Amino acid sequence: MTDAAGTIEAEQSKDIRKRWLLSLPALLIILLAATGPLLIVLLYSFLAPGPYGDVQWAPSLEGWIGVFLEKDIFDETLSLASAHISIFMRSVGLSLVTTILTLLVGFPTAYFIATRPEKTRELWLFLITIPFWTNLLIRTFAILEVIRNEGLINGLLIKTGLIAKPIQMLFTDGAILTGMVYVYLPLMVLPLYASMEKLDFRLVEAGYDLYATPFRVLRKIIIPLVKPGIIAGSILVFIPALGAYVTPSILGGGKNMMLGNLIELQFGQGRNWPLGSALSITLMLIVMVALLVYVRNAGSQGSRHG
Amino acid sequence: MKRITTIMAATAALFATTGLARAEGELNIYNWGNYTSPEMIKKFEDQYKVKVTITDYDSNDTALAKVRQGGSGFDMVVPSQNYIPIWISEGLFLETDPGKMENFSHVAKEWQNPEFDPGRKYTVPWAMGIVGTVVNTDVYKGDINTWGIIFNTPDELKGKVNVVPEMTDVIDAAVLYNGGKKCTGDLAILKKVRDTLVAAKPNWVAMEYGTIQKMGSGDFAASSDWNGSAFRQRLANPAIKFGYPKEGYVNWSDNLAVLKDAKNVENAKLFQNFMMDPANAGMNSGFHRYANGIAGSGEFMPADMKGAPEIDIPAEFASVGVPSQTCPPEVQELYTKIWTELQK
Repeated sequence: MTDAAGTIEAEQSKDIRKRWLLSLPALLIILLAATGPLLIVLLYSFLAPGPYGDVQWAPSLEGWIGVFLEKDIFDETLSLASAHISIFMRSVGLSLVTTILTLLVGFPTAYFIATRPEKTRELWLFLITIPFWTNLLIRTFAILEVIRNEGLINGLLIKTGLIAKPIQMLFTDGAILTGMVYVYLPLMVLPLYASMEKLDFRLVEAGYDLYATPFRVLRKIIIPLVKPGIIAGSILVFIPALGAYVTPSILGGGKNMMLGNLIELQFGQGRNWPLGSALSITLMLIVMVALLVYVRNAGSQGSRHG
Repeated sequence: MKRITTIMAATAALFATTGLARAEGELNIYNWGNYTSPEMIKKFEDQYKVKVTITDYDSNDTALAKVRQGGSGFDMVVPSQNYIPIWISEGLFLETDPGKMENFSHVAKEWQNPEFDPGRKYTVPWAMGIVGTVVNTDVYKGDINTWGIIFNTPDELKGKVNVVPEMTDVIDAAVLYNGGKKCTGDLAILKKVRDTLVAAKPNWVAMEYGTIQKMGSGDFAASSDWNGSAFRQRLANPAIKFGYPKEGYVNWSDNLAVLKDAKNVENAKLFQNFMMDPANAGMNSGFHRYANGIAGSGEFMPADMKGAPEIDIPAEFASVGVPSQTCPPEVQELYTKIWTELQK
């Protein structure tokens, strides 16, 4: 008996070894290309800044202190880094609003697609993915052309005589949000559709049969059942939105910094690489917390249905 | 095992490609984008049978960071004068001694012995210009020769002013506007600077680089800008004029140097000498639209550059220009803090 068990065990361990070997290239790439640079960023955040960029090989906590505290430029008092905090808050706020707006727009869209006959669904999904064919920068500039002072909308309004002077749309918060929602909408629609496709519409019918109002059906049946899709879509939109800076700076005019700009400043003209590194790690930690909340939510969801 | 060796060799090769030996007759220039005349490069290639490759960068800090890492593969770089002492002190330049080259006699007197490179041991002038203002005079008829356009914006221009987001340029302008000296560490002045900037910002519509296009399309009616850029805007719309701020403005220059780890040193030296020839410098100015510091190059520039108000500094404003220079790290830190506060 020991013989047979031993052979099976040996077979199994051989199999496991083979799998490890096969996944070795991927693991190496992850290790070298992702973890390595990240560790360097982490290390740099604990060093002192060099006089003209780069770092000095002397341990220092200045970078991390600088993330949260600032010495007043003029009276040397130490206080909470209000500039950094307001930039953080702006990025988080913008990402939250973007997530909510994409959800509001994406939910009916996904519902519409999921309720089409099976044959045409493919086509609708295909249409949703069209924006992915073009580079983000080009899509953003396309919006800019539409809303600028001598752009499509203002041109049409002036030609039809509705307005005399162009309306300032470019370089406003509305312009930023329009751009962000447009760019991130597919990331919301696709996971929403994936869970709605699995939705058993007989349950919806049953709800109506029991005289539930449409709103009640939505709230009590549809939303609870597609919740995993809502969460996945929200995470997929929220995280990249947090680090976004191309869209806000092109459509918003770059007057107000986003987290991405603040980090870039430290590595460029600000010449404070440790602070930039510490800010990057802080951003990653925020994303990680958001992901943990997601995993927990999704986990409890799974067990309830499981 | 053999397979693993192959993979490792391939990986090593991947990392080494940038360091591979280059064939003879090549030159790799690392320069600002949209800044090198293709016609002039063609002339150099034909004359010396050298294949030139140009790679762009968008800021002095980017160029410095990349070259500092080593193994960049570039032979030449064109940093601004305020960065050149940093490059020299970090030992990144090769001492090619352009001051002893054949064409050096063509370099204009005032550029022969600059403070940033005494005796021209490393660099050759490429282009020089001014940070000032551009205004669409159809929109605003008042005095444009003042930083007040940006910092105390007239009513006609409110909500139509752009500021090019070069941190040092913007803060220097505000320092000069408040009667301070460039790179000042004087906190009383810097406090005024901060207040000036914070108070001025609500009148700005954007902080962007793309002034040539957006001044032309009417998205901006005024901006802080460089004179060469202003020149190109005036060619597109004659109402756009360049202002020389009477409170003072910064004169800058970009200069061509050879890197210490250059692979094509001889070709790079040939190119430095080539750039001091008035015919070539003039041809290059015809492209980037800045002055070039080479005496006698004017006659090789396009006719529209002769007497151009952006290039020939009016006598009344010549004295208020101050040279661009490296600010000490502690001042740079103050500048960064003000800049962050401005954009929070």
